[in-house]
Amino acid sequence: MKRLFDPASAAPALISMAGVTLFAVLFLHAESQSAILGLCIGMAVALFLLARFGWNALATASFAGHSRTAQASVVAGVLVIAAVFYDQHFPLLMLASVLLYIVVCLGLNIQFGYAGVVNFAGAAFFGIGCYTAAVLTNHTALPHLLVVLAGGLMAAVIGSLLILPVLRTYGHYAALITIAFGILFRVFLEVNDALGGPQGMKLPGMEIFGWKLNDGLVFGETEISFYANYVLLALAMAAVAFMLVRRLERSWIGLALDAVRLDETACAAFGIDVARWKITAFTLGNFLAGLAGAVYAMMTGFVAPNSFTFGDSLILVSIVLLGGIGNPWGLTVAAAVVVMLPEKLQFIQEYRLLLYAGLVILILLFRPGGLMPRQVRDYLPGWKP
Amino acid sequence: MSTLLACDGLSMRFGGLVALNQLSLSVNEGEILGLIGPNGSGKTTFFNVITGIYQASEGRVDYRGQDLARMSAQEIYRAGVTRTFQRSRLCLPLSIFDNLMIGNHRRLDHSLWFNLIRRGAFQAQFEGQYAAAQALVRTFSQSLSVRLFEPAASVNMIDRRRIEICRALISQPTLLLLDEPSAGMTHEETRELMDDILIVREHMPGLAIIIIEHEMNVIERITERCIVLNYGQKICEGPYARVAADREVQEAYLGTE
Ligand SMILES: Nc1ncnc2c1ncn2[C@@H]1O[C@H](COP(=O)(O)OP(=O)(O)OP(=O)(O)O)[C@@H](O)[C@H]1O
Ligand SMILES: [Mg+2]
Repeated sequence: MKRLFDPASAAPALISMAGVTLFAVLFLHAESQSAILGLCIGMAVALFLLARFGWNALATASFAGHSRTAQASVVAGVLVIAAVFYDQHFPLLMLASVLLYIVVCLGLNIQFGYAGVVNFAGAAFFGIGCYTAAVLTNHTALPHLLVVLAGGLMAAVIGSLLILPVLRTYGHYAALITIAFGILFRVFLEVNDALGGPQGMKLPGMEIFGWKLNDGLVFGETEISFYANYVLLALAMAAVAFMLVRRLERSWIGLALDAVRLDETACAAFGIDVARWKITAFTLGNFLAGLAGAVYAMMTGFVAPNSFTFGDSLILVSIVLLGGIGNPWGLTVAAAVVVMLPEKLQFIQEYRLLLYAGLVILILLFRPGGLMPRQVRDYLPGWKP
Repeated sequence: MSTLLACDGLSMRFGGLVALNQLSLSVNEGEILGLIGPNGSGKTTFFNVITGIYQASEGRVDYRGQDLARMSAQEIYRAGVTRTFQRSRLCLPLSIFDNLMIGNHRRLDHSLWFNLIRRGAFQAQFEGQYAAAQALVRTFSQSLSVRLFEPAASVNMIDRRRIEICRALISQPTLLLLDEPSAGMTHEETRELMDDILIVREHMPGLAIIIIEHEMNVIERITERCIVLNYGQKICEGPYARVAADREVQEAYLGTE
């Protein structure tokens, strides 16, 4: 079925995206705490009013009917933001971080949102990617694209060792195992001198086929921050990961993962191999976390055990919960909010864990599906019986 | 008619409790066999044992040259044995279509390459499966067949039973196990449901059905033969009329009333 592009029905999605982009630009631009707080409150009020007047339903339908256009408009929005702040390190670094967090959370979403495998060691798998990159770039001449791949593979392999005890236990116990692993990982880093101990390690910037990402571009008078390079790379990664996760959900595999989460007895009766799908989901998820970690490490040029605490893992889980379990769009929005808010609103920084814990509890109590609850699976976008 | 399934000396013990006691029975290809008996007599346990949910304590279950008692639930499903559950086990947040496709697992392609990259081929498979699912559901309910992409949670109990039966039928099994399909339905609804099952069976020659049912007129109307269990033992076997007249059977039922 081919459908022609219909500007009228695509408008709500495009207008929404333009609004979000504008808000992001203002938000990143604002300096004073009161201005930032004012913007946030303004946005919250605007969202509330829009919801009251039925805009949400309109926009949701529009996004659903034009998934390609919607995705393209998100990419365009990121590019616009990057262009506005082309010469400023901080906003671009934050933008790239959000995009890499999205990749990690897409991974957690496969594990937790689809297969129902809880993982409270997300930051540890991200950290495995970081440290793999640090070790490989310092000690080998491996091309950096392969370093990134190695980061993902390393996280996936170590995860597949952890999955064995996770498969044998249920619910809280499986969660405890991942928590224990996360803590062990950090202790291991701290006592391991070859990995720099508590001080961590430095590593060089990324280079892909001669493209040195740590060199800013200079055009005469204007100089573009080198973080713009990382924004582009992270954007490409997030876009590909997003697309693949969407396809995964809209497939027989996505269905099998959901069945594993919802009813293991029914799975057994219909030949669905629970262990196989849990392993698949866990491995894919950790692979994404490791990939993102490797790029993040090369972007920041520095890794240390303190960046991979249990608290960081909790923040990753809360992104998935807040956004809407199983909904990639929801976690995209949640990742942006959760990563940027404490960076800009300094007074939140110290209390951010408390804030997110409170938010998660509120969400679980009043809106268990998350802010953007997942919809029933449509296998082919736009397909009508 | 040749034998499809033959149990020999099948026992299931839970600690000291003997739920199945040296049970021997057989089912022919294409036959509808009724399995009756008072509450707690081991009927559901029998289903759980031959579908691999429980591991039999002893005995064999011959099915087309294989021993189901030694196979995993997964292998048994792949060999063409499907079931419904006494207490509905649908995945309620998923769509009706999703639930049906869970039952169709053995006939779907689950490779990453096919699902993520070859989306054109996936679309073709999806459309074929959608048409098949819709045709099957339409036999049971026209109105349900146009709601396949609504959550299973949004339909009533009777429709949920229908979905569960379709989930067990869609992979074209050889042996279908129905555990009290009419629970919670009126006589009229039960009659309709049974008629629908018989219609579907016409398109699946050779499909044998074992049905557990407390509704005796259902058993009388659709089964060719019945087996009565009591305390995990077979106490009587034969056409419904003969079984119903049996003194031991009457006592077994009266004893629990
Ligand atoms: N997993 C189990 N653990 C322990 N005992 C069990 C288990 N499953 C069944 N039983 C026992 O086995 C006996 C037979 O139970 P079963 O469910 O097979 O009966 P039934 O004939 O299906 O009864 P109903 O008509 O009530 O469905 C009962 O005494 C039951 O308590
Ligand atoms: Mg029973």
